[in-house]
Amino acid sequence: MQPLRTKLFKGMNLTVFSLVMVFLYIPILILIIFSFNDARIVTGWQGFTLKYYKQLFQNRTIQEAFWNTMLIAGLSTLISTALGILTALGLENKRFTGRKGVLALIYTPLMMPDILMGVSLALLFNFTRVNTGMFTVLIAHITFCISYTAIVIQSRLEGFDYSLVEAAADLGARPSYIFWKIKFPLMMPGIIAAALLSFTLSIDDFIITFFTSGRGFDTLPIYVEGTIRRGTITTINSLSTLMIGFTLLLVVLTKRVRKIIISAM
Amino acid sequence: MADIILQNVSKDFGSFRAVDGVNLTINSGELFSFLGPSGCGKTTLLRMIAGFEIPSDGSIMLGQTEITDQAPYKREVNTIFQNYSLFPHMNLYDNVAFGLRVKKVAKAEIRDRVHEMLKLVKMEDQAQKFPNQISGGQKQRIAIARALINKPRVLLLDEPLAALDLKLRQHMLIELMNIHDAVGITFIYVTHDQSEAMSISDRLAVMNKGRIVQSGPPDDIYERPASIFSAYFIGDTNMIRGEVTAVHEDYLELNCPDGEGNYFDIDSCFQDAPEVGEHIMLSLRPEKIAISRKKPKEQDDINFVKGQIEDILYLGTHTQYIVRVGQLKFRVFSQHKRVYFDDEAPDWEEEVWLFWHDSDTWQIDFKESDILEAEELDEVSGMRRYLKRGKS
Repeated sequence: MQPLRTKLFKGMNLTVFSLVMVFLYIPILILIIFSFNDARIVTGWQGFTLKYYKQLFQNRTIQEAFWNTMLIAGLSTLISTALGILTALGLENKRFTGRKGVLALIYTPLMMPDILMGVSLALLFNFTRVNTGMFTVLIAHITFCISYTAIVIQSRLEGFDYSLVEAAADLGARPSYIFWKIKFPLMMPGIIAAALLSFTLSIDDFIITFFTSGRGFDTLPIYVEGTIRRGTITTINSLSTLMIGFTLLLVVLTKRVRKIIISAM
Repeated sequence: MADIILQNVSKDFGSFRAVDGVNLTINSGELFSFLGPSGCGKTTLLRMIAGFEIPSDGSIMLGQTEITDQAPYKREVNTIFQNYSLFPHMNLYDNVAFGLRVKKVAKAEIRDRVHEMLKLVKMEDQAQKFPNQISGGQKQRIAIARALINKPRVLLLDEPLAALDLKLRQHMLIELMNIHDAVGITFIYVTHDQSEAMSISDRLAVMNKGRIVQSGPPDDIYERPASIFSAYFIGDTNMIRGEVTAVHEDYLELNCPDGEGNYFDIDSCFQDAPEVGEHIMLSLRPEKIAISRKKPKEQDDINFVKGQIEDILYLGTHTQYIVRVGQLKFRVFSQHKRVYFDDEAPDWEEEVWLFWHDSDTWQIDFKESDILEAEELDEVSGMRRYLKRGKS
């Protein structure tokens, strides 16, 4: 016979768990179902259709927004990861006097509200009279991604076993050889994690992009917001479904990609 | 021929002097050990030979070349690290091949030499495994192969067996000796374990507080310790203080206080010539002492002392008796060989005779300041009290 309290807790655990799952996944499920619904507005099930997917592939604006998103995400990931690696390596030196200050500067953007970052960047671009567009969005994305990449890679380096560097030097390897054959491969998991993080952050950023993109340069989140504002939700449903699929694929692939990259080093 | 010559080598870390003016010559092909408690500077000394630390003072020679400030990757010296430091992202083959790849040796030669090395350490069938898939003993073997493949002049081993359990440690010790015989290069071995150092070394140096206290072959250091520190750090010992009453050509006569107003007379060997009336300190190893209820036959070269058993510790291979002689406590190791004695083993509180050959008592260098250090090393409290009393 279990005490009453344990039973109660068990029941509560299950209830809370179920509620969380329901609120998390039911809306997504509804969205997926309705992307196949043959109705202009969400009223009820009107029959199965793929026409909104077809529209998606015929819509020039969506495609342009998609490629913009990918371009920004790809470039900002590449650049912010590279800068993150350099920052982390720089912060390795514990005797570097400005270390704590730099660390604080890197951590701050993580806690800063996006809107603050967006507005301040917009003001900066306005003040320096830089034309908003792809370039400014890219700069903005690199700016907020660096914090994440630097921190992820730096925390990975924190646990690095420096006796491996000594062992390699002992075996006759010069510093540059040690970096490329020992240190870099062992940093790789951290680098991949950082790159994936900045890629996802860049893809779904809305607020900062909104403030720095100006007119004529739309990423997917900006496009989605604009379309919903105008009331046409149907293509958005199918677009979102595709994005969910893409995310799932990424999750599945990540583990494999990591293994492949590491074993290739 | 000398392989490593250390001249007045010192190393400071801030205000702490880790190594203090070490002078030493290590011969080619020798298995040399640095032995000492943690923090005595032995690892720092090894790291200076490897090139991971630069001496604050003095010079290091490798054969004819000075290597004092040379970068580690330029030295013909390889190291076995305490935690092995195998590269976790490479399989065992690539780990062993690392040194040759750095030197851009031809592929076919790398393959041959790696296989030869893996065979030497008996790991040839595991080449494709990764370091996290093998045991500690196997990691050790790979670390040895990875170092030896570079054909170094000197192999440095930094407490290589510390992470292994007792049985494996004994086994690896023998393997290390076999490998040393097979490759014939100089091994420099660092350890805090005196039995390891004694069994493996051709010569060893006992270190304390950054200095070499004594160096020489293991049996020499054990039988004729130069100071209280060597006597206590290698093995156990009994300290006896006495006043010289007569000096003969090869032995001394001494009169020793037991701390309760009584005296006993013994004979002893000596290292530097003391004078009559001088107070000296003697070391007597516990296993040199025989113990018996009956007084043995008088003989010229045997010392006798009568005491009372205070404690008996059965230790399997031998029994340790603590025997009280006045305020003195003698530690005696007695092996279980009944053939030597006509009676049963002595019991608690019994009166017994302790006797030993007078050449087994050995005069050691003694400074009052050494006593504190000896205290830390000795767990028989009676000795401690006696030594302190002797001071006043």
